[in-house]
Amino acid sequence: MLRIIRERLHQGFRTTPFPTGEPPVLPARFRGLPVLDSARCADGCAESIAVCPTGALSNGPGKGVQLDLGTCIFCGECAAACETGAVIFSNDYRLATRRRQDLVIHAGQDLKRAESMGRELLRILGRSLRLRQVSAGGCNGCEADANVLTTVGWDIGRFGIQFVASPRHADGLLVTGPVAQNMRLALQKTWEAVPEPKVLIASGACAISGGPFRDSPEVCNGVEGNLPVDLYVPGCPPHPLTLLDGLLRLIGRVREK
Amino acid sequence: MKGTAKDNAKSASLLLHNGGSVPVSRIPALSADQLKEQILAAVGDGAEIGAFFARPAAAGSGAQLVGILLDRAQGALQVLSARVTDSWPSITPECPAAHLFEREIAEQSGIAVPGHPWLKPVRFDPQFFQVQGEEVHEVAVGPVHAGVIEPGHFRFQCHGETVLHLEISLGYQHRGVESGLERGPDARSIHLAETLAGDTTIGHATASCEAMEALCGREAPPRAQALRAVALELERIANHVGDLGALAGDVGFLPTSSWCGRIRGDVLNMSALLCGSRFGRGLVRPGGVAFDVDDQLLGQLKERISSSLRDATGACELLWTTPSVLARFEGTGAISQETAREIGLTGLAARACGIERDIRSDLPAGIWRFTQVPVSTWRTGDVFARAYVRWLEVQRSFAFIQDQLGALPPGDIRVGLPRPSRSALAVSLVEGWRGAICHAVITDSEGRVSRYKVVDPSFHNWFGLALAMRGQPVSDFPLCNKSFNLSYCGHDL
Repeated sequence: MLRIIRERLHQGFRTTPFPTGEPPVLPARFRGLPVLDSARCADGCAESIAVCPTGALSNGPGKGVQLDLGTCIFCGECAAACETGAVIFSNDYRLATRRRQDLVIHAGQDLKRAESMGRELLRILGRSLRLRQVSAGGCNGCEADANVLTTVGWDIGRFGIQFVASPRHADGLLVTGPVAQNMRLALQKTWEAVPEPKVLIASGACAISGGPFRDSPEVCNGVEGNLPVDLYVPGCPPHPLTLLDGLLRLIGRVREK
Repeated sequence: MKGTAKDNAKSASLLLHNGGSVPVSRIPALSADQLKEQILAAVGDGAEIGAFFARPAAAGSGAQLVGILLDRAQGALQVLSARVTDSWPSITPECPAAHLFEREIAEQSGIAVPGHPWLKPVRFDPQFFQVQGEEVHEVAVGPVHAGVIEPGHFRFQCHGETVLHLEISLGYQHRGVESGLERGPDARSIHLAETLAGDTTIGHATASCEAMEALCGREAPPRAQALRAVALELERIANHVGDLGALAGDVGFLPTSSWCGRIRGDVLNMSALLCGSRFGRGLVRPGGVAFDVDDQLLGQLKERISSSLRDATGACELLWTTPSVLARFEGTGAISQETAREIGLTGLAARACGIERDIRSDLPAGIWRFTQVPVSTWRTGDVFARAYVRWLEVQRSFAFIQDQLGALPPGDIRVGLPRPSRSALAVSLVEGWRGAICHAVITDSEGRVSRYKVVDPSFHNWFGLALAMRGQPVSDFPLCNKSFNLSYCGHDL
C-alpha cells in the first residue's frame, strides 16, 4: 500500500487543462490542417495531385485546386512533392465539421468548423453524451486514439462524455472504419438499437470516405450515404486532440470559430 | 540482405535469407505428395510455417501452392512449392499449425482440402462447432463488443461457468488489402502496408519495404535501418505498456491501469516527434525513411526516453508485488509449451511458454544483423507469463533505443529504388510487438506485384487464445483475451 501511495505521488496529476487551459504542445512534424496557396504553383499542383494516394487533392474545371479533408489521410506526400509551398500542412488540430461539403477546402478559404448540435439536442444530450463505438473495418488506429481520450491524460468523463457497452445505453454512435461489407449489417442494427434522439460521429478518413481502402470492393467507402452523419472528424487516424475538439464543439463546450 | 539463395543439397527446398529475393523459376516445383512430405519433415525438425498460400498457376487451371518455412536452426527460410489442379490433401491432422493456412487456401483459391478436420472459410462463416449434452449452453459475443475494440464473434460452448470450447469467427474487418497491394507498387501501396494493422504500422511498413527493396536489389542506408529499428521498439514499448495497463484494469488494479494508459501516450508522442504521427505513419518508406533526426531532436528523444522509463518502471513493477493482481494472473489461461509448438504460436505468446523464438535474433535483417536484443522468455504460459514477458521486453527495448540513439550511423536516410525484378519472389520477416510478421511478394513478367501475401502474427495466435480458454470460467475471457491482445484487422486483411 505504501509503495502504491509513493508511486502515486511520483506520477502526479497530468490531465490536460484543455479546453479551459492551453492544449498540449503538438510536435513540429505533426500534420494538421493543410493550407493551400494555389497561386504559388504555375501548373495547378499537378505534381502534388499525382502523388496523392486517395485522390483527396484535385484540380477540376470551375473548381480550382481543392483538398477534401474527408478523403485526405494526412500522409504529407503532396507537401513533400511541392517545391513552391502551394501545399503545406499546418499544426492546426481543429478539423471537425458538421457538414460533408465543409471538408473540401480551397486556397484562401477558412475551414467552417463544427458548431454545436443545436438547442434542443443540447438540452437533452449536451451535459451527458453516451456513445457506443462501432469499429467497422479499418486498421484499429482510430479506435486506439479514441480510447486514449478515456485515459487520465485526457479524462473525457469530465465533460459528461462516456463510451458505453451497449447501443441501448447510448445517445449516439462513434463510427470508425470504411464499413466493410462484412460489418454493414452489424452497423445498421447497432444504429437502429440506439434510442432517439441520437447522433452519429464519423471519425477518421475511413469512416468518412473509405480512407486508404477507398474503392475496394470489400468496403462501402464509409458511412456516407448509409447513415446520417452529425459530425465529421478527419484524420488517419485523428489525433486525440482533434477528436476531443470535435466532440466538445458538438456539445457546445468549444465555441470559437 | 542481398538475395543469396542456394539450393539445399539435403532436400528439394530453396534456402533464402530474411529479406532475400529469388527468381520464381528457381523455386522447387514438387508434386503435392512431395510438398506434404517436405513440410511435415521440416516442421518435425522444428521449423515453423511462415506462410503457406496459393497463387494462380502460370498456365492452365489450378494453382501453385507456395510454402515458406522458418528454419531458425539454419537461420534461413525454406521456400518450396507444388502445382495442384483442384485438390490438396490436408496436412492439418499431422501438423495442426497448418489448419488456418489450409482454410485460407480453400477460401482464396477454391482448392479442395480433403482430410481437413474443420474446413470452413477463414473470413466470415456463420456455422459453429457445437458441444451436445445435458446442461451445455452457448454464449455468443460480438461482432460489436462492449469496449472500444475491433469486431469479431466469439462462440463459447459452456458447462455452467466453465468453457468447454471457444470458436473465434473473424472476417468482419476484411477490406481486401492483399488485392489492393496486388495492383502495385503504386502511390497507395505503402499506405495499405501501414494500415494492415494500425497498431503495428512500423512493423508492417518495414516488412513491406524490405520486401520491395529485395525485389529492387537495393538496401536501405544504415542510418535508415537504425531509425526503423528505433521506431519498431517504440511501437513495441507503447503497445506492451498499454497492454500491461489494460491487464491491470481487467483485474481491478487501477493505479497501474491509469498510469500505463498515459505512459503509452507519452511513447506514442515520441513516434510523433520522429515523423508527426503517433502511430509512425509516414516514417518508413521504400528505400529508407522519410524523416531524419538532428541533434536537438535526439536530445529531446533521449530525455523523454529516460523519463518514460522511470514512469513505466514505477507503474509496472507494482504489478509483481501486488497479491490481488498475481492471484488473478497466475495459472489463468495457461498453454503448455508442447501445445504452443504444435499450433505454431509466435512472438511473445510463444516466449511466454518458454520458447526462444524471436526474428530479431533468429532470422535477423536490417540493423538486427549487427546488434542484439536478448530474447525474453518465461515458462508458465499463463496470463502472468504473457504480462511478465511484456515487461521484460519493454525494459530491453528501452535499453536498445538508448544505445541506438547514442550511436546512430551517419549518412543518407533513403536511396532511390529501380523497378522491381520481374517474375521474382521476395520474403521479409519482422519481429513485430505481437510476433513474426511475414510478407511474401511475387512479381509478374512486367515487374508488377501479382501476389502479395501478408501473415500477421495474429493469424498464428488466435487459435492459442481459443485453447487458453478451455476449462476456464467464461468470466476470465476478457483477461485472457487482453493477455494475447491479437489483431482482428491484421488477421482479416
